[in-house]
Amino acid sequence: MSTSNDRLNLAAQGQWRRLPLIQDWRYRWALISAVIIYLILAGLSIEVNWARVAEGASRGLEFISAFFQPDFTTRWRDIQQGLLESLTMTLTSTVIGIILAIPVGVGAARNIAPLPIYLFCRSIIAISRTFQEIIIAILFVAMFGFGPLAGMITLAFATVGFMAKLLAEDIEDIDERQVEAIRATGASWLQMMNYAVQPQVMPRLIGLSFYRLDINFRESAVIGIVGAGGIGATLNTALARYEYDTAAAVLLIIIGIVLMAEYLSSYIRKWVQ
Amino acid sequence: MPLRFLSDDKDLSQAQWKLRTTREQWLIWLGWLFGVSLFLLCWKVISDNTMWVFVQDAPQQGADLISRMWPPDWAYANLLWKALWDTINIATLGTVLGIMMAFPCAFLAARNTTPHPILRSFALLIIVSSRSINSLIWAMLLVTIIGPGILAGILAIALRSIGFIGKLLYEAIEEIHPTPVEAITATGASRMQVMSYAVLPQVMPAFAGISIYRWDINIRESTVLGLVGAGGIGLQLNAAINSLAWDRVSIIFILIFATVVVSEYISAKVRKAFI
Amino acid sequence: MLSVHQLTKCYATGDKALTNVSLEIPAGQVAALIGPSGAGKSTFIRCINRLVEPTSGKVFLGETELTKLNQRQLRRERRRMGMIFQEYALIDRLTVMENVLSGYLGYTGFWRSYFRRYPQDVVKKAFVLLERVGLEKFIDKRADALSGGQRQRVGIARALLQSPDILLVDEPTASLDPKTSRQIMRLIKELCIERKLAAIINIHDVQLAQLFADRIIGLRAGELVFDGLPDGLDADMLTRIYGEEDWNRSVQSDEESPESSKTKSNSHDIHSALKGTNV
Repeated sequence: MSTSNDRLNLAAQGQWRRLPLIQDWRYRWALISAVIIYLILAGLSIEVNWARVAEGASRGLEFISAFFQPDFTTRWRDIQQGLLESLTMTLTSTVIGIILAIPVGVGAARNIAPLPIYLFCRSIIAISRTFQEIIIAILFVAMFGFGPLAGMITLAFATVGFMAKLLAEDIEDIDERQVEAIRATGASWLQMMNYAVQPQVMPRLIGLSFYRLDINFRESAVIGIVGAGGIGATLNTALARYEYDTAAAVLLIIIGIVLMAEYLSSYIRKWVQ
Repeated sequence: MPLRFLSDDKDLSQAQWKLRTTREQWLIWLGWLFGVSLFLLCWKVISDNTMWVFVQDAPQQGADLISRMWPPDWAYANLLWKALWDTINIATLGTVLGIMMAFPCAFLAARNTTPHPILRSFALLIIVSSRSINSLIWAMLLVTIIGPGILAGILAIALRSIGFIGKLLYEAIEEIHPTPVEAITATGASRMQVMSYAVLPQVMPAFAGISIYRWDINIRESTVLGLVGAGGIGLQLNAAINSLAWDRVSIIFILIFATVVVSEYISAKVRKAFI
Repeated sequence: MLSVHQLTKCYATGDKALTNVSLEIPAGQVAALIGPSGAGKSTFIRCINRLVEPTSGKVFLGETELTKLNQRQLRRERRRMGMIFQEYALIDRLTVMENVLSGYLGYTGFWRSYFRRYPQDVVKKAFVLLERVGLEKFIDKRADALSGGQRQRVGIARALLQSPDILLVDEPTASLDPKTSRQIMRLIKELCIERKLAAIINIHDVQLAQLFADRIIGLRAGELVFDGLPDGLDADMLTRIYGEEDWNRSVQSDEESPESSKTKSNSHDIHSALKGTNV
């Protein structure tokens, strides 16, 4: 891209404007007006019941004040039960999910898996990643009934999609020379995986596992809404009864645990690498 | 100490090679033992809270579900376009609102741009609470406060996005090259000018990428906000499930799947264009 | 012009970077600051415009005591001190023109600078400066598309747009090849003469320092150990600054090496480059 002489001459006379991001002015204005039209249309589609919002303002203040005096005691049994379910769900689903994700991830890596297996594994990943955990939870609750088992299976399924995709990408990015070197020693396929692939992907895999543990806990707090157990159910009930102080207590517990998990996982990731 | 000598005279031909020392081996065994028992304990809690009678007929239930879902009620799709449009609006407007709030937060939270440590911890607090709470929970809270509707959905998405965008952006800000900042400071520029000339151009590509990425995630999240009354296609999903109209549920699933795939494609394309 | 009294800097880690350094730079003088890595050269330069806060001591620029200014006053005074960096410190994603104009930031308000609305005479001046360093064709190129020598020229133009009284130059040649290094040093020297600027140039290349500076200042472990004319820098002095080494032999063999004679035969190149016609 060379600057036109006009622009140079103008600059020499002190006339200079920044180059626009999109050079063609027609294209630029088309884009700008498209964005404005969209924003207007989208803005118009919001129907706000201002009376209801005004009414809610006092409730909002009530809720904020509840954060300064959360009530842990009144519903402590419910909170404890929900928390226990959430934590157990998180741990088991992460472990099961990762164990299942390893073969799926290996199968979804184009450089080591044959095409039919690759396509099969990729479609599992696609389905698991497209649907929100809640949607999957609805199906599993319908199949397995209410309770933490459905939640655990949901989270495990979501974990498979998440971990397998990242694992597959990692395997596709590995250093081919190391694989060749091990293969040259006459190693079998399993030996090759163990010596050439595993050491290259292991540190990141461990880091990601802890990251996923953290995500699973956060998700376990919502799938309770559709009956899949966990602290989400407790929160849902508290809100339905307008018990803001209990809801605030639950939220504070969630934030606390997430903070702790984050701190711990960053520490572990540092230690692994 | 991978080499171990069997006798005291350190005769190399008698040496045994082991990957780990005995002590390490014991620790690893203990670690595994602890991990496995923890897992089993958790499993027991879950199993105690499960009605296994229901689980036993899960395969039948599943088969039954699928048979009721197929064929999808294609005609019903025509009633869904408005809901889909709402869903996309919730995600987009929510993302825009989230970006506007996350942007200053990130600058306050980054160690190298924050005006004061107290402001920094305040910004970090906002980011952490926003991240810890799922958008569905935000939606639940907002629906009880301002009533059901799209507005609650947009705000829920925005509140959740602050933490995500804020965190990734402030990490990007902390990783910028410090020398351009020094150079602009040395010209006598004010604090805001240093931000706009030395910091902003460096983080702009990361910022654009993060925002688009979050938009893609938000499309996915906004499909379910209706379950708690916060507008979008989730409302219809909830109604269909409650009335056990599984053939309608399946058409909604198909629409969601298509929308998410398209948004993922757009997001990937745009992100590639920025890099 | 610039006078420094008993300047001392201790970092928070307890490392003492500068100990009681005092010196004066008269207007129009180009002083080279030499010394081994870690001698405190960069810290010294940054203590003058207070990018690094000195622990104790005073710095005067003309009549103004820089070390007691508040942030607002400091920003005003920083405009009088142009700074040039080792890694050029350009904003990679901005164009050459925007980079040069950023030298005017100290004189303009935020919104004007944000929308790039610079006064006409400033843009004109920036263009003249770019012509002077031979880069006027590149105004719309992004800074990261330039070569090292070109980038350093942009950095020089940016510093000069501030209309400074003194240049603070931090290792301007450390990332450049020998030929470009000499070109850049000569350019800085010429500009200082043209505009009657004083300059402090940190440089680790002793020969370049002797070639282009009016005065040499030697730092060792944060202390001033030499201050004099380039001719006064003999092997003993180099030993005092850098430590034991057979200085004479390396200097002699350098002078006779084929590389330096090649540089001489290339002097025609250098001359044309200085007129801003090539590269």
